[in-house]
Amino acid sequence: MTENSPSEGTFHLMGGEFTNAGSASSELKSTLIKVGVEKSIVRRVAIAAFEAEMNVIIHAVAGTLRYEITTEAVTITVTDMGPGIENINQAMQPGYSTAPDWVREMGWGAGMGLPNISKHSDLFKIDSVVGEGTTLEIIFDLKEKNADS
Amino acid sequence: MELSKIIEIVHGAVVSDGGGIDAIDITSVCSADLLSNVLRYGKGGALLVTCLNQPQVIRSAEISDIPAVLLALGAIPETDMISLARDKNIILLTTQLPMYTTCGLLYTAGLRSCVEEL
Repeated sequence: MTENSPSEGTFHLMGGEFTNAGSASSELKSTLIKVGVEKSIVRRVAIAAFEAEMNVIIHAVAGTLRYEITTEAVTITVTDMGPGIENINQAMQPGYSTAPDWVREMGWGAGMGLPNISKHSDLFKIDSVVGEGTTLEIIFDLKEKNADS
Repeated sequence: MELSKIIEIVHGAVVSDGGGIDAIDITSVCSADLLSNVLRYGKGGALLVTCLNQPQVIRSAEISDIPAVLLALGAIPETDMISLARDKNIILLTTQLPMYTTCGLLYTAGLRSCVEEL
C-alpha cells in the first residue's frame, strides 16, 4: 500500500565502513524533521535506525535501510547479508554481544543494540537465517498524536 | 547551566564551537564510554562526557539531540571526529581532568545526571 505516503527511500550500507557510519540515520533524521514528524518521535526513530545501521556495519557484509513515512507510521526495514543470529532470544538480552574487541574499543558491542531498538520503537520484528542474514522491521506510530481520545 | 561556565569549571579547551557556545544551555550530563548507553539514556540538551575520541561519538550526540561533547582525561579527538563535529554543529571540548573529577566538579556546580536517579 502506498497511499498517504509522503516519503520513502533506501540507504545502502557497507559492512566495515565505519568512516560514514551513521550517515544514513542522520539523513533519515533530517528527512523526518522536514516532513514534520514530532520531535520526540524523530529522536526515537533516529536512535533505533542508528543502532540498526551500526549492527549492519559491525556484523554484515552489506545491507539496506529502507524507510517509509505515512500519516500513520514510520516504518524502518533493515535487511542485511550477514552471519545471521543463531538464538534471537539470547541476542535480545541486554549485555549479550558477539562483537569483536576492536569494535568494543570504539564504544560499541555493549549488547544493547537490539534492546535499544526494541525500547524506542512501538513494534519490533526480527527475522534471521544463519548464514544468510537478518531482517528487522521497526515501526513507530504517528497516529496516536492525532487521535482525539 | 551556560556552557561557557562549564568550560571554566573543568578548565576546558574548545576544539569546535558548533557555531556558537554562548547560546547553549546545558540541562544535564551524560557520562559514558559505551555509545549504546548514550543512545539509551542520553537526553536532549545534555552534555556528553566521555573518553572516546572517534567520530561515532559525534553521530551519537547528533542522533540524540546532544549539543556538546566533552573529552576527559586529555583524550585527543581523531581528525574525522573534529570534522564531523564541525559539519554537524556539535560543540567539541577537551579537558585534562579525569572523568571522575570532571563529573564531580559539574555535579558540585549543580548539574545532574541525564538518567533519573533512584
